[in-house]
Amino acid sequence: MSLEIIKPGFLSLVQDYGRYGYQKVGITNGGPLDEHAFLWANYLLNNNHNDAQIEINFGNFEAKFVKDTMIILCGGDLGATLNDDKLPTWQTHPVKSGDVIKIYTPKTGLRAYLAVKGGFQVIEHLSSCATVIREKLGGLKRSGDKIKEGEKIEYICSGHRVSRRIPPQFLPEYPNHITLRFIPNTTVTGVDHEAIERFTQITYEVSQNIDRMGYRLIGEPLKLSSTGIISQGISMGAIQMPHDGQPIVLLKDRQTMGGYPLIGCVNYLDCSQLVQSKPGTTISFLKFDLNDAEAEFMLYKKFFDLPF
Amino acid sequence: MKITSISENTVLILFDQVINPDNFALVKNSMDVIEEALDDYIIDIIPSYASIHISFNLTKVSGMEFRKKLTLLLGNQQQFNEQNKSTKIINIPVYYGPEVGFDIDFIAQRAQLNKDEVARIHSDKTYDVYAIGFTPGFAYLGCVDERISCPRKHTPRSIVPKGSLGIADLQTAIYPVASPGGWQIIGRTPLKLLDYTQESLTPFSTGDKVKFIPIDKSEFLRLGGEM
Repeated sequence: MSLEIIKPGFLSLVQDYGRYGYQKVGITNGGPLDEHAFLWANYLLNNNHNDAQIEINFGNFEAKFVKDTMIILCGGDLGATLNDDKLPTWQTHPVKSGDVIKIYTPKTGLRAYLAVKGGFQVIEHLSSCATVIREKLGGLKRSGDKIKEGEKIEYICSGHRVSRRIPPQFLPEYPNHITLRFIPNTTVTGVDHEAIERFTQITYEVSQNIDRMGYRLIGEPLKLSSTGIISQGISMGAIQMPHDGQPIVLLKDRQTMGGYPLIGCVNYLDCSQLVQSKPGTTISFLKFDLNDAEAEFMLYKKFFDLPF
Repeated sequence: MKITSISENTVLILFDQVINPDNFALVKNSMDVIEEALDDYIIDIIPSYASIHISFNLTKVSGMEFRKKLTLLLGNQQQFNEQNKSTKIINIPVYYGPEVGFDIDFIAQRAQLNKDEVARIHSDKTYDVYAIGFTPGFAYLGCVDERISCPRKHTPRSIVPKGSLGIADLQTAIYPVASPGGWQIIGRTPLKLLDYTQESLTPFSTGDKVKFIPIDKSEFLRLGGEM
């Protein structure tokens, strides 16, 4: 009684909201790289915010449903089909036993989230089933492994309901140029207002070096007077500036601590835009007020009824 | 001490940006006080040599309120308790050979020493665990002898092998799992330093002491070390 994986794709991972409370021993949060897509998927199915989904990175995924339920696919358009008919994203669909979902290659965005009514039933590993490959934590076998061919993922049977879709004003686009808002940081040695001004004038490009830990960007090298700081805890979205002057935006699987100078922190909500950006996408950074960012984040947490 | 917001739901408490036992005692004590008084608001907390990074629950407290609570709490702290000095010493065998110590030649040249001297100077000292983080069980140890201190690499390595022993400025540490990293690598331990089946997860606790025991290649391999 489960979803049968026919083709696991390049990198398909079980994710819930994340593994919180373990940073003290160096364990990262993990969780959906595109949290916006993940939360909308659970929301539109009337699931709990923490219900487990499959994060399908870069496509090439195929699976068979073995019992009736409602499903949704949110995130990038990876050319998905259900029984070879186009499967529209960001809206719920009924599926029957024997139905086959296929996900091809990214048209827009890079990652899609497959959710079922009630969530996939996966045993937690240190309080969460979020898969962190590097830490060998979470996933189907509690070993941090990505999803493999032939694996079965449990879900509960559910009746068919009226289809729900995302209101159009919340539907993201994944253009070739994005602007990321960030909260500047001048508390760290070697990063002053002038360095931040220069940073905002540079147009960066997404490199090939992108993963769940972070996105490395390429642009005119930004030299800072600091070579490093005493290692400290690192926030989601932190913009690290190594000595080569090429920034790295740190994401869900980031290391908990780091010692490279920090320019600031990308707005939490804007990280969902970044993680759907392909190599070659150009990026500008825009300074953003902390209070405005906080207010926006609070509304988001209230809307999705998040406990934290 | 400075309390500053880093993002929508994280704050950083910055102490004097120096690495020494007294400053660190202040960090550890503040950490205990914060965890006791503000636990309801805290999602995650990361103490380090000279800072405490906190993710707080924005659905329960605003950033402004949380910063104010921290200011009142830490400002009112009149005296710090004597730390329970941990006397536990953890011995870690290390092979300092060039096949696994990728940067030991670089550090030796920089310090105008030979690489045996670098290994000896590094293993002579007993280190303190100042923080655990970066990756699970990654224990930040201090302080290395100034002669062999060395800044991080200009561009981090994409993968540093499991068990690698590195130096960054006056800090030294072992990578318990393979991960990207920018520290200068001088050797490798054959020991497993991260175990999710153990409740403690890692042998290190903040405040412990660590001693490195130099071993040769055959001993390294005998203990299960991988090249």
